[in-house]
Amino acid sequence: MSEPTSSDDTSGVPAYGHTRDTETGAAPLAPKEFLRWTWRQLTSMRTALILLFLLALGAIPGSVIPQDNVDALLAAQWRREHTTLAPIYEKLGLFSVYDSAWFAAIYLLLMISLVGCILPRTRVYLRAALARPPKTPRNLSRLPEYRTFTTDDESDAVLERAQAALRGYRVDRHDDSLSAERGYLREAGNLLFHLSVLIVLVGFASGSLLGYKGGVIVVTGGQFANVASQYDEFDPGTLFDDKNLKPFSFKLTDFKVNFIKQGREIGMAQKFSAGLDYQTGPNAKQQHTRIEVNHPLSIDGSKVYLIGHGYAPNVTVRDGNGKIAFSGPVVFTPEDSSFRSSGVIKVPDADPKQLGFRGEFYPTYGFTDATGPFSAYPDAKNPALVLLAYAGDLGMDRGVPQSVYALDTDGLKQLTKSNGKMFRVELEKGQTQALPNGLGSITFNGVDRFVKLQVSRNPGGWIALLGMILALTGLLGSLFIRPRRIWVSVRREGGRTVVEVAGLDRSSGGNLTDRVDDLVGSLEEKKA
Amino acid sequence: MTHDQFEVLSNQAIAICGAAYFVALLLHLAEWAAGRRVPVDAPVAATVGAGAESRPTEAAEAAEVEDHDAAEKMERFGRWGLVATIVAAGVHLVAVVSRGLAADPVRVPWGNMYEFTMTGTLVVVAGYLLMYRRFSLQWLSPVVTGFVLITLMVDVLLLYTPVVPLRDALQSPWLVIHVIAAITATGAFTLGGMASVLYLIKERWLERGGSEASNGYLARLPGLNELDRMAYRTHAFAFPVWTFAALIAGPIWAQAAWGRYWGWDPKEVWAFITWVVYAAYLHARATAGWKGRAAAIIALIGLATLWFNFVGINFFFGSGSQHSYA
Repeated sequence: MSEPTSSDDTSGVPAYGHTRDTETGAAPLAPKEFLRWTWRQLTSMRTALILLFLLALGAIPGSVIPQDNVDALLAAQWRREHTTLAPIYEKLGLFSVYDSAWFAAIYLLLMISLVGCILPRTRVYLRAALARPPKTPRNLSRLPEYRTFTTDDESDAVLERAQAALRGYRVDRHDDSLSAERGYLREAGNLLFHLSVLIVLVGFASGSLLGYKGGVIVVTGGQFANVASQYDEFDPGTLFDDKNLKPFSFKLTDFKVNFIKQGREIGMAQKFSAGLDYQTGPNAKQQHTRIEVNHPLSIDGSKVYLIGHGYAPNVTVRDGNGKIAFSGPVVFTPEDSSFRSSGVIKVPDADPKQLGFRGEFYPTYGFTDATGPFSAYPDAKNPALVLLAYAGDLGMDRGVPQSVYALDTDGLKQLTKSNGKMFRVELEKGQTQALPNGLGSITFNGVDRFVKLQVSRNPGGWIALLGMILALTGLLGSLFIRPRRIWVSVRREGGRTVVEVAGLDRSSGGNLTDRVDDLVGSLEEKKA
Repeated sequence: MTHDQFEVLSNQAIAICGAAYFVALLLHLAEWAAGRRVPVDAPVAATVGAGAESRPTEAAEAAEVEDHDAAEKMERFGRWGLVATIVAAGVHLVAVVSRGLAADPVRVPWGNMYEFTMTGTLVVVAGYLLMYRRFSLQWLSPVVTGFVLITLMVDVLLLYTPVVPLRDALQSPWLVIHVIAAITATGAFTLGGMASVLYLIKERWLERGGSEASNGYLARLPGLNELDRMAYRTHAFAFPVWTFAALIAGPIWAQAAWGRYWGWDPKEVWAFITWVVYAAYLHARATAGWKGRAAAIIALIGLATLWFNFVGINFFFGSGSQHSYA
């Protein structure tokens, strides 16, 4: 470990801003004075500390309560399950803590406090940075480190040697002494760190104002064009204009995943990759690429990431009239690592009644009395669908937007066998099952795969990164650069030269003693 | 050696190093027990010197001889404890390395919590051993060996996972960079936290009339200022490393893997909270009225958020976090 130093200065610049924690305002204040008092309070270190704690505390709810812009599905589910708390939380902005007014208030106050701190400090520092080392004090023996010795060398020779030995110091030569100082960059590092926090904030803000993030599920063979309406989830920045979406499009040609087939890692998925045929614009040449986790596709500053995958059973539903009312893949969302997946099939075009199905898909179907149906393996070795069937009104015409993953059963009646017993659709690949009461039939044609892609654009990302790197640089400077002052004074006494050396560390934890000893050693070296 | 043999080796090495840490802990406890009979301000050399100068009475002489024996015993126990710790750390290193060699294909041993904890404790021990001489850390020995022993026990009993290949999301050079930095910072923060705990205990003890002149463990701890400085130095080392791990390397990797550099994932939120609390610690240490006790408490709050992030998030928010493997 290198040697960090304490930041408690033993002299000079106050620790934070131009105020200390000594305010004792009791008398009523005039408005101007009140403002000044408020400003001082705000920029005091104590306030900054309290704001830091508030920021930490304020961040906690966002990790406990599902956030709209982190996991919208989970947040919606949470709202449904907690009908009493949800409206209260909604008012408090607890479903989007990091965009909420109160969270912004905390960090903006902190930033104001920070600016109030670094502005005056910068002014003080600029003056100090250009200053010469302080004149040699009259009584050097009072300083924390003090040595004296006599030598036969001439005074000038001693001082010259001292000047040479004090490399890296700013040295001022006086008549019979010299003063040296180093470590000016410590405070610069400190200021740079605080300034960089502002830069990071600007980068972060510009990303969330001008950028966007969208999620889309695409079934193999499916297409996607980069317009807002094609996204399943679209989270634009406040100032983002849909017109700024780059006009690219792609087709998902295939999806590969490798499930480990034996050993204890059995069932673990590896080496996902999705093949994309993409065009950067309507008239651009079509190109092919493969994207993987950690290897996104970058088009004109937008990036396409592979973030998930799952199964989309392909089904055909015939209605009571024998007409095909629906046919195609339906996305079922994976529930666990065995890819037991749940989903909903809605058939609004079915006559005489609309049909709906809700249930689970098992890529490798297994059943025991103890567990019920389960998936034994994540790959589609023995796929099966187990669904409950509903008939009635799907409620899709009421103008309320519906999730494609949820069935609104208010207007629906669960189908039962003619004897009133529970009815379940249980299908293996290729099978067809008739629905009770002549309502139609459902066929499980096969299994398609889907991928979950994320498309995003983070225009301020590099600003934030730059800011963070500058902040780290500044931080290292402010923690590890040690400001130090050294004085050497000489006087002739009885034909010999009396040398005095003294040192002062302006931060604690340094090895000043060793340094002063070294210096004395190098001055004594050439005597005799 | 085959991968399977390396896995067995790793498991055996962990058991052996656990036993060695236990021996080290016992030796250090014996050291401090022996120390109760040695006056604080009379280390071995001084005791010998003092006898020559004055003309002590017979009784005092006898007492001195006894003191001298006890001091020697204390030193011997301490030395053997240190040797046991070094041996344990060596075996510990074998366990970590062979864990990586046990995977097929060979990988860095940072794929799950069992492996993180195993490496993190090694960092704590390594940090302690590296600083031992320079900062005369004898007083920290029982705390470090005890902590590492208990943490490793918890690791083996509760967090053990057989060796499996890395999942896709982890297959990135950033795994090495991000995780080395995060584990190093965690180890250093933990060491700093130990100094802060001892600071608080000693401060309270002094306040309640504990005397520096007694012979107990607390009296032998460095002075409050020195404990504070040691805590500060360790934290000042850990903070920039944490900054790099959580706020630079992490976001760069997240940008590549998940398409956003900062997504307020629970793990990210708590890494941020930890950062903010430790930033408050550094500021508090430079503020009148917050130095000393308040700063030490803030450091411990920081450590609590750090550990909660490491362990708690996975148990409470496991499925909701993209870092669920970590």
